[in-house]
Amino acid sequence: MEEIQSRGDDAPLSTAKHGDTAGRASETLAEAKGDSLVGKTVTIDRPREELYSFWRDVGNLPHFMENVVAVEPLDDRRSRWEVKAPGGTTVGWISVITEDKPGELIAWASEEGADVPNSGRVEFRDAPDGRGTWVTATILYDPPAGIVGKVIAKIFQREPAIQARRDLRRFKQLMETGEVATAARNRREYEEEQQ
Amino acid sequence: MRALTWHGKHDVRVETVDDPEIVNPRDAIIRITSTAICGSDLHLYDGYIPTMQKGDILGHEFMGEVIEVGSGSTLKKGQRVVVPFTISCGNCFHCGKHQYSACDNGLPADNQDIAQSIYGHPMAGLFGYSHMTGGYAGGQAEYVRVPFSDVGPIVIPDGVDDDKVLFLSDILPTGWMAAENAEIEPGDTVAVWGCGPVGLFAVQSAFLMGAERVIAIDHFPRRLELARQFGAETINYEESKTYDALMEMTGGIGPDACIDSVGLEAHGAFADNIWDQIKVSTFMGTDRAHSIRQAILACRKGGRVSMPAVYGGFVDKFPLGAFMQKGLTLKTGQTHVQHYMPALLNAIMEDKIDTTFLISHRMPLEDAAEGYRMFHDKQNEVTKIVLKPGMQPAAA
Ligand SMILES: NC(=O)c1ccc[n+]([C@@H]2O[C@H](COP(=O)([O-])OP(=O)(O)OC[C@H]3O[C@@H](n4cnc5c(N)ncnc54)[C@H](O)[C@@H]3O)[C@@H](O)[C@H]2O)c1
Ligand SMILES: [Zn+2]
Ligand SMILES: [Zn+2]
Repeated sequence: MEEIQSRGDDAPLSTAKHGDTAGRASETLAEAKGDSLVGKTVTIDRPREELYSFWRDVGNLPHFMENVVAVEPLDDRRSRWEVKAPGGTTVGWISVITEDKPGELIAWASEEGADVPNSGRVEFRDAPDGRGTWVTATILYDPPAGIVGKVIAKIFQREPAIQARRDLRRFKQLMETGEVATAARNRREYEEEQQ
Repeated sequence: MRALTWHGKHDVRVETVDDPEIVNPRDAIIRITSTAICGSDLHLYDGYIPTMQKGDILGHEFMGEVIEVGSGSTLKKGQRVVVPFTISCGNCFHCGKHQYSACDNGLPADNQDIAQSIYGHPMAGLFGYSHMTGGYAGGQAEYVRVPFSDVGPIVIPDGVDDDKVLFLSDILPTGWMAAENAEIEPGDTVAVWGCGPVGLFAVQSAFLMGAERVIAIDHFPRRLELARQFGAETINYEESKTYDALMEMTGGIGPDACIDSVGLEAHGAFADNIWDQIKVSTFMGTDRAHSIRQAILACRKGGRVSMPAVYGGFVDKFPLGAFMQKGLTLKTGQTHVQHYMPALLNAIMEDKIDTTFLISHRMPLEDAAEGYRMFHDKQNEVTKIVLKPGMQPAAA
């Protein structure tokens, strides 16, 4: 986090009121894809290594990322992403891990030709006083233009901050409690929720 | 199954709905044997609580028999359990500190947004109490799905009647925590605003914690009479001036501890407050937080104020000056039910606490809509209604 705090206070860049936050955040990414920034930190009462390992096993990500239908590992660093779009369609891209420090951080960027170019990093730091781990996700994305873009923007432009916040909460729930909280009364309702 | 569902203001119906099922590993399904209508349910009935949806099943005070368990539940089929009204995970930082109502994980991720924007943080989930508190189906039904069933429900020994333990689900721990938050010292005089179930249990608890005198305040004669039966002195605020009476009854000192168990809900102002905040644009206060203001003014210098009463939003004309100048302490919160259940069950088993006096009516689940009407219209006589899904309707 230190690198991206090049301002007059110690608050994270994602909370800045002014300026080109996306531009400055991209300095911390191996490859910057996009000009919209989402940054969010959550405390999870589990050890760093455990959280890192779960996230690094990218096939796990759809368990808590609501919009992600599937992540298929292609090799050690590359994976194919399929993400829900409005109208029952999906968009996709291939994502490459650009930096990987076990127990500490994972950074990624989409390859050329992505429907929604994006890059980001997730960091795992020890929370003070044995309270577990601070997980910080920083995501840059480039909402596509045009008609298709407008539809896709519904999830990727207007909602990404909300999406990231909720995904991190689901990650926390899954890691702390072993399940993702739902008010579904039965399995049919639960499946409808997943649509 | 049959269940009491909400359809709008003064419109609740017993309907046939889909049975609940195990969805998550830690779930259990309970067959309800007893379920109470709470004063808080009346605020749903009056249409004051936002984020309700037609068809929502109400009820947060219930108990019954375990009929199905998920792979992560520690309950066994056939066990009888009382279920806390708060849905808490048992694993997070707050649950670890036994601050169960502050659980990080009780609410579905999407529902956490509302509480986060109003309160700064998401709170625990609640059964049958709007989508702001999770949208979980409640227990005024034949069956209910109970999440995190390995941490919430408490197993009841055979042979102990439902009526003796049902209130472990909410109001007994709430009255107890209210008295605990008042940090009662031997010799104290404690004043309790509101003689509903919470206030009455706070009266009982305050004596058990060593209060020398308890002064109970309400305007329903029947409820004041119940407080008197526990040894409380009473003030009927329609007949006497509460502040003046308290000063005269304490030689001008004021009560050492004051418990507000009235709250905004009792005056039906909850909705205005919530909406004011959701809209954020207008910070219009309401002028209804009467009991907490009175408690602060009457409390002795350096005394303690405990506030089990539920407040939803902003309060106007809060006597912050009196609070500061007199050096008062205020403790409050939704009840950490899971924390209090084991000790209170013991107290019931040892006959130190009896809660059955509160039940004025028992009726079949089928008559629940009539139960709501009665509870709403006759607060003096109706102190608590318990619905029993198995009970035969009275012959017409
Ligand atoms: N903290 C929690 O977790 C928790 C749990 C349950 C209930 N509650 C809250 O506790 C409060 C009491 O619950 P209840 O079920 O006993 O409610 P209730 O409505 O049955 O009782 C409230 C009583 O207060 C009396 N009252 C109204 N205005 C008064 C005034 N100005 N002075 C003195 N008395 C007054 C009413 O006549 C009534 O008898 C409510 O706000 C409820 O929402 C909190
Ligand atoms: Zn209740
Ligand atoms: Zn918890």
